[in-house]
Amino acid sequence: MNDAHVTTHHGHGHAHGHTHAHGAVYPVATLRDYLTGFGLSVVLTAIPFWLVMSGVIENKTITAILIMLMAAVQIVVHMIYFLHMNAKAESGWTLMSLIFTVVVLAIALSGSMWIMYHLKVNMMPPTMSQMP
Amino acid sequence: MSTLAAVREPELDQHEEEPVFYLVDEPVHGEGYSTMFGFWIYIMSDCLLFAALFATFGVLGANYAAGPAPKDLFDLKLVALNTTMLLLSSITYGFAMLAMQKNRVLWTEAWLVVTAFFGLCFIGIELYEFADFFREGATPQRSAFLSSFFTLVGTHGLHVTTGLIWMVTLMVQVGWYGLIEANKRRLMCLSMFWHFLDIVWIGVFTVVYLLGMLR
Repeated sequence: MNDAHVTTHHGHGHAHGHTHAHGAVYPVATLRDYLTGFGLSVVLTAIPFWLVMSGVIENKTITAILIMLMAAVQIVVHMIYFLHMNAKAESGWTLMSLIFTVVVLAIALSGSMWIMYHLKVNMMPPTMSQMP
Repeated sequence: MSTLAAVREPELDQHEEEPVFYLVDEPVHGEGYSTMFGFWIYIMSDCLLFAALFATFGVLGANYAAGPAPKDLFDLKLVALNTTMLLLSSITYGFAMLAMQKNRVLWTEAWLVVTAFFGLCFIGIELYEFADFFREGATPQRSAFLSSFFTLVGTHGLHVTTGLIWMVTLMVQVGWYGLIEANKRRLMCLSMFWHFLDIVWIGVFTVVYLLGMLR
């Protein structure tokens, strides 16, 4: 039970040609999953807060990169242990739609920042200090 | 037509089997078979909504218009407390799911009550924070930073509020009808929604609060 993230109520395989009725397919959660996810999340939340609140690392860029990395890891932790994501759910379509969403998300975020940054740098009227 | 059929028929006879262009037995899916995947697609579309709001905040987040900056406003201790509330509500919802799998109605309801309590704490602390900002004159119309801040964080808060209303509805449903298949399915959907909101909050506290304080 602990090893299998997804089992089904009706022993349903991935093939779609059966004549018997399928019930809904639910991922089976385990206590160990939730506790592992919670433990990891607490650590991955506490460290970034501590880094920023105490300011132990002088270099702000390094701190920023570290907290963003930990946020990314925590998102993956939540997806695996709380949302019970895996490559097999719904014949892989859950993962496929997630990958599609992440790609659109990356384009929207990085594209917006990139374009708007250059628009600001190139199009804004010069300030007094930039005047010759 | 008749000549065409006459021409084709001997050809068909030569083949042992006719080609099948359709499924012989249509798979019969039970009620709610595709609900979980459909709800997942909704969550993904909600991701795109938040992506747009994050992008807006990323672009406008440093335009203070000589108004208050993150360092003047944010209280990280309050945000840490808020994050704790949401994380605790995530694990207690997980416990409700475990009780549901064992068909324990009372334990499911009890854990849902605990989850709703932590969710209410989160909303309460967030409203307290917003009220504090308003008292200091940091309203959405003050600067582009504050407009995008209130839109992003407010949309997340609205989602949590909706989740709470949904949770109370399901508590009543489970109380009346017990843990029937339909209610289990609904609880699973809310589970996805609730954990998804926690994932969005990871992005909010990292990008808005922590990176804002570093700026």
